[in-house]
Amino acid sequence: MRFFEDIEVGSRRELGSFTFTAELIKKFAAQFDPQRFHLDEEAGRNSLFGGLAASGWHVGSVCMKLLVEDGKREAEEQAARGEEVATLGPSPGFRDLRWIKPVLAGDVISFASEIASRRSSESRPEWGILEARHTGTNQRGELVFSVLAIAFVPRRNRVA
Amino acid sequence: MLTFEDFQPGRFGTFGPRHVSREEILAFAAEFDPQPMHLDEEAAKRSMLKGLSGSGWHLGSLMMRMLFDGFIGRTASLGSPGISELRWLAPLRPGDDLTLDVDIPEARVSRSRPETGIVTFKGTIRNAAGQILCEMVSPIIVKRRMDAEEGV
Repeated sequence: MRFFEDIEVGSRRELGSFTFTAELIKKFAAQFDPQRFHLDEEAGRNSLFGGLAASGWHVGSVCMKLLVEDGKREAEEQAARGEEVATLGPSPGFRDLRWIKPVLAGDVISFASEIASRRSSESRPEWGILEARHTGTNQRGELVFSVLAIAFVPRRNRVA
Repeated sequence: MLTFEDFQPGRFGTFGPRHVSREEILAFAAEFDPQPMHLDEEAAKRSMLKGLSGSGWHLGSLMMRMLFDGFIGRTASLGSPGISELRWLAPLRPGDDLTLDVDIPEARVSRSRPETGIVTFKGTIRNAAGQILCEMVSPIIVKRRMDAEEGV
């Protein structure tokens, strides 16, 4: 990924898409969120979701997966241009996560990320802090997922 | 089944402990968050977190499972519209034993769907040393008991 100084507010990356199959939905739910509407088609149809629905934690975790994969692609592009590649730091959290519409079995969700703000870290001068709005959109163009995520990003002139 | 009326503002309960193994941390990271700080001991030592740590999404998903085992699994829950805020305050480490405190800052009847209520939960996860790893505030939609009482 890029260094803090090189990242512009408003810049956007398409992260790719992911198909939530019934099999994957049930596998995640069995491990982390075994509510009936995440495990059983019939129970899903009878719920507010109207079908077998992915756990919201599954949707968020897949967004993370595509962010990491996109970061690897970006690093390869940077390396090909001979640029120094930055390594993403940890995240102190997120705000305003919204599960806007259910993600149902067979849905293909395309994720994107847009930089919302950037500021220096007061306590860690070698790091900057980015806020990014990650979103997920289904195959009908409906927004289904949105989160304002926070992350530490290294500054170019950090002291090793 | 627990319904809206069972959730009053204040401390609701403490759940766990839940042991988290190194294998679980590596398996989740490999599938959903393959950053070196979650997968590789040497890279993790050089990271800000100074040692192998679990993905924050793994910790959040474990909190969901602890909520389910604690009470959501026997609650007339209709799902959640989102998470107001989640803070990762300290890293999840291999071998951690997690406990979950659940508080209810607010519980109110839904205006748009009066047969349901919206219960706001605050979850706090601690390790065995009592250090807070994660805090989350999230509303959950829960059925009201009036359905059954009024024979609707």
